[in-house]
Amino acid sequence: MGVAHPTEIGIEPGAAAAVSRLTVVPQRRYGIWIGTALALLLALLIIRAFASNPAFAWGTAAGYLFHPSIMRGLGNTLLLTVVIMVLGIVVGTVIAIMRVSPSPVLRAFSGVYVWFFRGVPALIQLIFWFNLSLLVREISLTLPFIGTLFSVRTNDFMTPFFSAVVALSLCEAGYMAEIIRAGIKSVPSGQSEAASALGMPYRMILKRITLPQAMRFVLPPTGNEAINLLKMTSLVTFIAVDDLFYTAQSIYARTFETIPLLIVVAFWYLAVVSIMSVGQHFLERHFGRSDVRRDPLTMRALRNAISLRGVAR
Amino acid sequence: MTDVKSENRARFGVPANSMVFARGVRKTYGQLEVLKGVDLDVPEGSVACIIGPSGSGKSTFLRCINHLEKLSGGILLVDSQFVGYDLLGDKLQEVKDDLLCRRRAEIGMLFQSFNLFSHMTVMENLIEAPTQVRRIALDQAKAEAEVLLRRVGLADKVDRYPRELSGGQQQRVAIARAMAMKPKVLLFDEPTSALDPELVGEVLQVMRDLAESGMTMVVVTHEIGFAREIGDQLVFMDGGVIVERGTPREMIANPTSPRTREFLSRVL
Repeated sequence: MGVAHPTEIGIEPGAAAAVSRLTVVPQRRYGIWIGTALALLLALLIIRAFASNPAFAWGTAAGYLFHPSIMRGLGNTLLLTVVIMVLGIVVGTVIAIMRVSPSPVLRAFSGVYVWFFRGVPALIQLIFWFNLSLLVREISLTLPFIGTLFSVRTNDFMTPFFSAVVALSLCEAGYMAEIIRAGIKSVPSGQSEAASALGMPYRMILKRITLPQAMRFVLPPTGNEAINLLKMTSLVTFIAVDDLFYTAQSIYARTFETIPLLIVVAFWYLAVVSIMSVGQHFLERHFGRSDVRRDPLTMRALRNAISLRGVAR
Repeated sequence: MTDVKSENRARFGVPANSMVFARGVRKTYGQLEVLKGVDLDVPEGSVACIIGPSGSGKSTFLRCINHLEKLSGGILLVDSQFVGYDLLGDKLQEVKDDLLCRRRAEIGMLFQSFNLFSHMTVMENLIEAPTQVRRIALDQAKAEAEVLLRRVGLADKVDRYPRELSGGQQQRVAIARAMAMKPKVLLFDEPTSALDPELVGEVLQVMRDLAESGMTMVVVTHEIGFAREIGDQLVFMDGGVIVERGTPREMIANPTSPRTREFLSRVL
């Protein structure tokens, strides 16, 4: 016989009473209490230092918070982040698809791309693209027999903003390519096999089966990338794009209110990052909807339903 | 099309009612020869069961039938046609991807691990290939999917995701998904091997119904009982060749080859 259920054999009344007399004493965690006390003390000291030091000049910072220049800078920072992220995802997806392609030439090309654009610091790429005119004076498209279709001087279109977009998009694409490639690899091979067996061609399988499933793995690191990128755009200050940091800099260069303006900049970066984190949470929940185990709310509802039914019986 | 079929029949001696016709099928991976010349005839409307120890090449052979694996030698015809090639004189020309896909769509395949699309509901799984590959209207695809789901006894699971279903239910959905393409033949690659023992029966019941409805099936399986009951022919493979073939009842009762006898004594 297997293990019999307690109710079937019945527990001896005396033993049951002995069991019910027992109480559970939780373990005492002195280490955690001491740690908590220390952390609270530290927090208190930091808050006092921030509040009592007049050099922070909180009032001045508050005054600049919605300054028109700062608003324009914030707008440019957001615009740069969105444009670069979108281009980075598009180019990164193409590079990632090349990276898992059956063709060794495409694989090698994308491998070198990732190696280069991830390897060279973003600031150096940025200054390089800004100075492209030193390398290429003009860009023209000339076809044999037809002649020159168009020709532009590099300096005319390589504005600071445009070079920032080009440089940081190419750089971002290198990181996105690796994230998307890892996502594609994480989809079990049986999925594309089953799709093949149903007669779906390679491109359709990528679009309808592999990439949507890769999304679940791609989203969390992409959220981090977007947050990183938001902060990375502050590099464009070096080539005089008037982003959030640059406008703040140009104000404190005049007024010497360095710390208050840095507080303003930090405030806006933190605010945008917080909003982005919330957005990321909802996106992840949307793409994780086929995975019941990842959604604690559904799980709890399910467990409740089961236990209710158990009681009703 | 009919021309190609009758040409192939005349040229290779394919029987008129043949659904799967294999002659001298070989498959090598580098130095390793997995299939060393396999001949098989599966007439239309019949069920062929392939048994054998793991590594005997039975799954590889199954995957050759719908060209998931390219042959290294020999010929394989489904409904008197090549799947991955066009015959031009004495040359077997590899076909373009879209044509290969169209031919593959007529051959259904079931996997040991079900491989339902995990980001789609049951209904979405069933209508994906009909609407995307065959370009059937959504309403019609949905109506057909509902009929198929009723047939496998899962009409109430339309909006569930694969993860919410048991293994047996997933495999039944996978069968419905394959049937949604109205295939000429169904290939089963150990369809019940990943299932808990108590779930095997429901999948075998669906397969039994399919066989009775006249579906042509090639089944790689370890379920000897199922093979004996449903199979029209039983094939024992070992070491990349067919060691013995016959009607299931006779072969299971009186295996002629010692290797077959040894294998059967271990699994029965």
